[in-house]
Amino acid sequence: MSAGGRARIPVPRFGHGSRVPGWDEAVDLTKPPAVVPDPNLTPVPPELKADIEAAMAKYPDRRSAAIPALHAAQEVHGWCSPEAIEQVAAVMQLTPAYLTSVATFYDMLETQPKPRNDVYVCTNISCSLRGADEFLEAMHEAALEEVDVNVRAFECLGACDIAPMASVNGEYVGPLEPADAARIVEDLRADKPVLESKQLRYRKCVDPGVAEGAKDFSPPPADVPKADRAGLGPEGDTVDRPGPTAPIEMPREQAEDED
Amino acid sequence: MALKILFDGIDEPGLNTLEVYRRRGGYDALEKALKMEPDEVLQQISESSIRGRGGAGFRMGQKASFLPHGDMEKYLVCNADESEPGTFKDRELMQKSPHMLIEGIIIASYAVDIHRAFIYIRGEYAHQADILEVAIAEAVDAGLLGERILGSGHSLTLVLHRGAGAYICGEETGLLDSLEGKRGNPRLKPPFPAIEGLYHGPTLINNVETLATVPAIIRMTGKEYAEIGTETSTGTKLVSVSGDVRRPGNYEIELGISSRELIFDLAGGPEEGRTVKFWFPGGSSSPVLTADDLDVPYDFDSMAKAGSMLGSGAVIVVDDSHTVLEVALKLAKFYAHESCGKCVPCREGTNWTVKMLQRIQSGEATPMDLDIMASVQEQIIGNCLCVLGDAMAMPIGSMVEKFREELEAEIEAARERAATGQLEDVIPIGVADEHAGPIPVH
Repeated sequence: MSAGGRARIPVPRFGHGSRVPGWDEAVDLTKPPAVVPDPNLTPVPPELKADIEAAMAKYPDRRSAAIPALHAAQEVHGWCSPEAIEQVAAVMQLTPAYLTSVATFYDMLETQPKPRNDVYVCTNISCSLRGADEFLEAMHEAALEEVDVNVRAFECLGACDIAPMASVNGEYVGPLEPADAARIVEDLRADKPVLESKQLRYRKCVDPGVAEGAKDFSPPPADVPKADRAGLGPEGDTVDRPGPTAPIEMPREQAEDED
Repeated sequence: MALKILFDGIDEPGLNTLEVYRRRGGYDALEKALKMEPDEVLQQISESSIRGRGGAGFRMGQKASFLPHGDMEKYLVCNADESEPGTFKDRELMQKSPHMLIEGIIIASYAVDIHRAFIYIRGEYAHQADILEVAIAEAVDAGLLGERILGSGHSLTLVLHRGAGAYICGEETGLLDSLEGKRGNPRLKPPFPAIEGLYHGPTLINNVETLATVPAIIRMTGKEYAEIGTETSTGTKLVSVSGDVRRPGNYEIELGISSRELIFDLAGGPEEGRTVKFWFPGGSSSPVLTADDLDVPYDFDSMAKAGSMLGSGAVIVVDDSHTVLEVALKLAKFYAHESCGKCVPCREGTNWTVKMLQRIQSGEATPMDLDIMASVQEQIIGNCLCVLGDAMAMPIGSMVEKFREELEAEIEAARERAATGQLEDVIPIGVADEHAGPIPVH
């Protein structure tokens, strides 16, 4: 964060001048207190209802399903709107206030309307050491005209090996350069997999000892489910792709010295 | 070839499927464990002296032995909320070898007679969570989870729970509250989770890496495992190396190798022409060490002796092209953002530390501010329910102590810049954190 001449993205503020929504808005004391909504009077999309009920069935206490339920409602409504919270409350038989208290605590549950696509740019230490702040700026600029992209600076996403990185709708990509920002927006617009060559799922372990013991791998079963294809490369790709920051091979003599 | 236990063949394509995992001898340890008495399994874990890989380094066997015996609802929770900046070892493990974790959970639950287990994975790890979900379903279909596992008397249900983005939920009691569907606020200890945890039942909480090591311990026996590494830090450890190194990534090392070997030989060290200025040995919460400490062995006790800690095993290297101030400010902002706000020293201490660091940047600080900052850190440590505040106080305190001269020079330089009007770019105090603001809506 050196004081160069870089343009800064202005910090957005609410009408009352604060960055925190509604922190100085008085509670309307004349309103009746919110109660657990009547399930018969609150229409809930059937798939959402099924999702929430399935989540509740997994735990001994139904409240444990609060986060999965809010996630599911956010998928449907785009954000945790009062309506979404009302619906979850009706299915879970909890007060909307309880669910609001949960939704406001977590970074991934949004209590303000937001664009559909999420781009979380990690700006924590390891990423910022390798240029995350520059990338964030480029990303903001690239998405400026784009209505459907929600660019957010995020805390450590747990992928410092591909720093600087971002999570685009949950897909980890990196290491990024400022030029990648425009490509991310393009891929999102075209509804394609984002920056496929930089996706974390294809990255190999950098530990040289792993590669050494890896000569006798037989091919994986052909019918593995999609989520199980991690590390296999995209559909039809027969070459193992080590990714852009694959380990630099250790010279043979040096490797032998180590043993 | 260096010894690999967790990373053995980790890049084998399809290792995340039950078929390939079994072909490599997976779930053999479970079969072996189920033939032993639960107490014998616990005995093996205790004999291995494995220390928790999540950060505190508490012996797993000891923790598990605290759980009361008897007929009651007990729980096992796997902490996969890997959020410590610099840490990404569990991510690779869960993505590439989810069954190793599941096998470890089943064995650990058998050892302490638990029938309900949860994996709390951070919401950001969507891909890894999908993989785990498929793996759990495979294990259920194969009779490895559910009623009467492999024909034994042991039953276990395993539920994957996705979080929603909060660093504090990696703290064990905050995690439990979050898993109960509340805001992730830490609880007062004692009672410790082993006595009263999830849904008020005795709860065993362990990190992903710790649980994933359990099958290896059963396979090779605890005694043999204890011979790896040093006497008090047994076994191998996954270390996430990141920051200013040429080959950032996860490395499996035997505990006790020199830090220099890890940072330079394995991770490649800083770029040509750069030198190590300081480094975090155990995630951003650990006090920083300097280039003078590079020969300290990488194990729990040596790190403690050097004035830092092994923590989650995440090495962040900072080279001489970066200032201490910029790293300190990033760090302080992170903790200020993630503080849950329950305890005053942490909530206020992290915020004021950010403001004081910004004063340095804007040329308003005096050297006395460093003393105030150091004393604020001292007043946070040990005064809160959990260690989030300490996690900022320890590294910031160590930076002020070790780089006082540089910070003083920075104060002087910024004052001079401010006096000559070269500081237009500095953010006004209290406005800097984008995280705290609303989401920009175009």
